[in-house]
Amino acid sequence: MKFSRKALGIPYYIFLLVFVAAPLAVIIVYAFTNGQGHFTAVNFIGFFTDPNTLGTLCYSLAIAIVTTVVCLLIAYPTAYILANSNIKAKAVILMIIIMPMWINFSLRVTALKEVLSVLEGNLAFYPFFNTVLGMTYDFLPFMILPIYNTLSKLDGSLLEAAADLGAGKASSFIKITLPLSLPGIVSGVTMVFLPSMTNYVILDMLYNSTYIMGSLIGSYFSANNWHAGSMIALILLLIIGLFSLFTGSLTDDAAESKGGALL
Amino acid sequence: MNETNGSIIELRNVTKTFSDGFTAVKGLDLAIKKGEFVTFLGPSGCGKTTTLRMIAGFDLPTEGEILLNGKDISHLPPNMRPVNTVFQRYALFPHMNVYENIAFGLKQKKLPKNAIDKKVENVLDLVDLEGFEKRRISTLSGGQQQRIAIARALVNEPQILLLDEPLGALDLKMRKEMQLELKEMHRQLGITFIYVTHDQEEALTMSDKIVVMNEGRILQIGAPEDIYNEPASAFVADFIGESNIFNGIMTGKLKARFCGGDFECVDDYAVGTHITAILRPEDVILTPPGEGIISGTVSSVIFKGIHYEIVVESGRNEMVIQSTKNAVVGEKVGMTIDPDNIHIIVAEDHTNRFSAGLDKNFNLEFNDHTIDADPAMVLKGWSRSADGALLNPRGDEIDPEKIRITVAIEPEDIKMSDEAGSGLVDGYISDLIYKGDHYSYVIRTELGHDFIVDDEYLWNMDDAVSLIMPVEKMRFTVGKH
Repeated sequence: MKFSRKALGIPYYIFLLVFVAAPLAVIIVYAFTNGQGHFTAVNFIGFFTDPNTLGTLCYSLAIAIVTTVVCLLIAYPTAYILANSNIKAKAVILMIIIMPMWINFSLRVTALKEVLSVLEGNLAFYPFFNTVLGMTYDFLPFMILPIYNTLSKLDGSLLEAAADLGAGKASSFIKITLPLSLPGIVSGVTMVFLPSMTNYVILDMLYNSTYIMGSLIGSYFSANNWHAGSMIALILLLIIGLFSLFTGSLTDDAAESKGGALL
Repeated sequence: MNETNGSIIELRNVTKTFSDGFTAVKGLDLAIKKGEFVTFLGPSGCGKTTTLRMIAGFDLPTEGEILLNGKDISHLPPNMRPVNTVFQRYALFPHMNVYENIAFGLKQKKLPKNAIDKKVENVLDLVDLEGFEKRRISTLSGGQQQRIAIARALVNEPQILLLDEPLGALDLKMRKEMQLELKEMHRQLGITFIYVTHDQEEALTMSDKIVVMNEGRILQIGAPEDIYNEPASAFVADFIGESNIFNGIMTGKLKARFCGGDFECVDDYAVGTHITAILRPEDVILTPPGEGIISGTVSSVIFKGIHYEIVVESGRNEMVIQSTKNAVVGEKVGMTIDPDNIHIIVAEDHTNRFSAGLDKNFNLEFNDHTIDADPAMVLKGWSRSADGALLNPRGDEIDPEKIRITVAIEPEDIKMSDEAGSGLVDGYISDLIYKGDHYSYVIRTELGHDFIVDDEYLWNMDDAVSLIMPVEKMRFTVGKH
């Protein structure tokens, strides 16, 4: 028997089939059927007519956007300082950023919860703030590292060329450094924005009464309403797909600045 | 006020020491006239690029000053200097198209859009890339990128154009083409060009003036013909073109002896002067055996296209000859040379000198080794008092630990060993020049200073060696105390 190279791909195709294609098919089927197994658009219409669902979508988007912006505002200067510091300082700063990732996620959030309870008294007073804080705390490294990666690969002679052509420090940052670090920003934004839409574990652990998209799906599923839950999951998938397409086109524009930004 | 003497740029005693302690440029003095095409030439690490970067403003001198039109610009940031640079690897902005790259400098100056468009069009015309405005950088070939890099610098009409090995990444044919084009642009524009290269042929082809550098210093400044025909030192001769280099001595008025023969020459030095004779391979003429000034046996012949490269062994010496006539290995030949083509320079003083100390027992110490020298030889005329104290020739008592002794030893008296620690000091070979019957080596020691060693055998660059110095060959002088 001849061993072909295609055969090496078989485990991957099986994986794809079992863990991606099949669940997706199940979700699609459930989303467009009712309890009796008949085709229906009720779930689809329901999504866009239920004020509760739409409100949660907007709230989720707000959480995700604010978290992403806050992460970006903290991460860019950090990554910039990191990329431009000497080797000794670099090791220390990188350690500070990466070390929290060594600790289990739920332990980290629990610790944050305790600190916040002491400071705020009752966590229910500031649900939005707490959620953004928890997510920022958790997702920040995923923003810093890809930006740091592109910034540290930036060819120093380009900045020298900009200075040579008369650009001051601010001007060469805006015209050279920033556009060339765009792939890192896009990659960081993707890695923070998408989980902030859905990661309701952080909300739950911070004793939060508010809902984001993830919690909504969870609540439908635990109430055994597989059909409405699947529809929300499907629509979320589409939103995420559109978002990825959009950020992907941004990276294509800046793709010539060498090297993917993903870790 | 500063006197400019018609120089557009002047470097005065410029030194650059980096934060890691490496001194790349040492006390450089140089004046460049307006409109000149000047080339900094030297091996890698000679300080030529650092010098260029200091003129551009990317590196700041640690000492000395740089004057542009008589004004000190040493500490001005690059964006405030009326000079532009063509970078070694182009440094074109990858996220901008050709137009945006070239217009970058003009936009910084806030020129109106139509003026920018006109200038970009003109400069693209100059570099023969008309209509390339909308092209992305990544779609351009290496040669085209090179032209855009030149256009981006030239469009700002700089007073000086700096070029840092701009043709290094191009293939040979493209390089030759660009050399001629750059020369032509220089002629058309009349801007001062400062060009950095390690390629001596490129330097000879393009420049009005060549500055030969090594180890952070200028070895020679001159027109290409002068540098080629009248090299100021054996290093310059060896670096620029191929040379036969021999040690010799003046034996009479316009007569020199080297390579086992007596030659007529045109350089007048006192009889007995130690000299270095430099002969270009193309100037040596092959004659029938017995008819030349010296004779020898052909040891190898290589066909090089336009000529043969013939190596002739004459006694212990070796002569490289370029000739259009073929020769046969093993053949006996004579060699002669026109007196005009023999370039003679006074031999550099290559005596190695280093400073050693004395310990309490008057033993000479250097680099944690004791030099087993007789104190009577080291301290001639000194004596010891009844209680053992050291007295100088005037009879003053001196603390032996405060005395420095200068030790001198000739290059041919030092032996090299590949066994670390077997000699007085260890180092590595940082430079070598073949001198007819022996190699002259520069050994950079772990203590940071150089020793010159002559050896008839070939060692390799960067070989680690230990220097064995026989004490009987050393000469001692008592230094100040």
